[in-house]
Amino acid sequence: MARRAFLKFGAALAGGVAVGAKASEGEQASPPADPPWSQSLGAGVVDRPYGKPSDFEASVIRRNVPWLTAGTESSVSFSPLQDLHGIITPNGLFFERHHAGRPDIDPNQHRLMIHGLVERPLVLTMNDIMRFPSVSRIHFIECPANGGMEWRAAQMNSLQFNHGMIGCAEWTGVPLSTLLDEVGVKKEAKWALVEGADGAHMTRSLPLDKCLDDCLVVYSQNGEALRPEQGYPLRLVVPGWEGNVNIKWLRRIKLGDRPWFSREETSKYTDLMPDGTSRGFTWLIDAKSVITFPCPEKPLEKPGLYEIRGLAWTGNGKVKRVDVSTDGGINWQTATLHEPILSKALTKFTIPWRWDGKPALLESRVIDESGYVQPTIAQLRKERGTNSVYHNNSIQTWQVKPDGKVFDVEIG
Amino acid sequence: MSRSAKRALVLGAGLVVASGALALAAEPGHYGYGKPATPAEIAGWDIDVRGDDGKSLPPGKGGVQQGAEVFADNCAACHGTFGEGEGRFPKLVGGKETLRADRPEPTVGSYWPFAPTLFDYINRAMPMPTPHTLSAGDVYALTAYILNLNDIVPSDFVADRDSLPKVKMPNHDHFVWTDPRPDTASKPCMSACAADIKITSTAEGKDLTPRTTGPLDTMQPK
Repeated sequence: MARRAFLKFGAALAGGVAVGAKASEGEQASPPADPPWSQSLGAGVVDRPYGKPSDFEASVIRRNVPWLTAGTESSVSFSPLQDLHGIITPNGLFFERHHAGRPDIDPNQHRLMIHGLVERPLVLTMNDIMRFPSVSRIHFIECPANGGMEWRAAQMNSLQFNHGMIGCAEWTGVPLSTLLDEVGVKKEAKWALVEGADGAHMTRSLPLDKCLDDCLVVYSQNGEALRPEQGYPLRLVVPGWEGNVNIKWLRRIKLGDRPWFSREETSKYTDLMPDGTSRGFTWLIDAKSVITFPCPEKPLEKPGLYEIRGLAWTGNGKVKRVDVSTDGGINWQTATLHEPILSKALTKFTIPWRWDGKPALLESRVIDESGYVQPTIAQLRKERGTNSVYHNNSIQTWQVKPDGKVFDVEIG
Repeated sequence: MSRSAKRALVLGAGLVVASGALALAAEPGHYGYGKPATPAEIAGWDIDVRGDDGKSLPPGKGGVQQGAEVFADNCAACHGTFGEGEGRFPKLVGGKETLRADRPEPTVGSYWPFAPTLFDYINRAMPMPTPHTLSAGDVYALTAYILNLNDIVPSDFVADRDSLPKVKMPNHDHFVWTDPRPDTASKPCMSACAADIKITSTAEGKDLTPRTTGPLDTMQPK
């Protein structure tokens, strides 16, 4: 580095620290003072050629639970829902679930092979795939183990760690039906094997009907190329179904007449019931909602008027209604749903609440367009016990204490 | 024919021509993008083995003793010499009769429904640092060794494309492959829905939650 550039860099760093310290004191920046950033020259365009959040947002990151997994390569990270607003998850904060780490794939070398019970087995390059007619759709993806640490009891005092394995994005790519029409589906074909190019060669079976209905082979997330963590350069989006079937780094689709019973759909992603039987092929994400403010990470400062905010979603289609309770489910009021209300996408809800400083138990309950009502954890436990790991879509209860602090609790 | 009907016909003909030009039909090969997958290309990537009947199991074979050696070299560091699992890495053995217990131990022996799935998974995903690098014979041998550790096959068992589909896994009959949900139903009551609410558990003070501000946490439960 040239000496002059180094000096400039050092000065900028020192300046940044000084500004930060002043701002945190709050006095020299608040009226009537004119703050330092108003009396200095800011950084120019392309100072950050690829933008990034303010340094003051450094805490807003994906986080993991170190004790949950043996290492980080086969593990999960959670999205900081407590600091997100609206229904779109920023690409850098979308939750991660890898089974063999994050591969770095050269898109020029990536290939998608489609074969099996088809008329014309094909190998497609990324350029080939991008030539097909494209669609853009907004859908959530949720890991079915989201909330899985809470089956037995309230454990994680956090919105991020209890609900952060969900994200919602605008996905752009090719309908899988277009690709399957292009190769020609043989009439014996009933299932598709979808496989990733990562070291896990992640593999799931999908019924052909779902593939032809609304699945997408996507290369773009919120307007830019997929992030490597989300399957760059190509992933499958299976709207409304559990995250694991949304194969990342997609490299192969094979049609067959029966499912493959891969490890991920037999030993994992199956739901163990109290009688010792297990449910398999439980793909659907049932309706779920959660209050994102207040929450353990975002307590209340003092009594007064607040807006309770939250998110609701359902694999069945659209959210129809969200009710909110402040007394642990004794009485409910219907919240306002905010546009857009899209099928198999996050939907925002709000309701005003005047907190009187007394203890409160906040809950939200979604009803989807199929009429399905989000259950309590007691209802789920009665049917499924406490060892099914996946598909805990129960009502979340946040306990508000008189000091405004918020805790994850379960009630009965 | 009325004048408007004639006009409709003319308009219809125009649409047919236009749609031909826009190429909206979708016969196989319509777009013509990409290249036909050659048999050699397919053979390289077509690695899946069907779990329930072993369809597409490759040629080759491997026995329990060979498996023990391959396992010691490639697997034991994480899974333990006898599949007991090191640290938080998965146990591969044990857990018999625990699926209805308070703390079930689902393992290959106690949980997996199909033996060929074990071949498929080891072949595609293991060993974790160097997946899909073992020979078919070594994968068969590992499959035989892990099944033997679970007392599912005898020590002279040789795994191959004929023997593996015949292995009956202990938990085979305990899977339901159709989704019974929705399995809860309730009417959304709006007022006086419950009489008495009690907090039955709280995360407060459990010290399981990593911090959600500042740098990433490395905490372990006390």
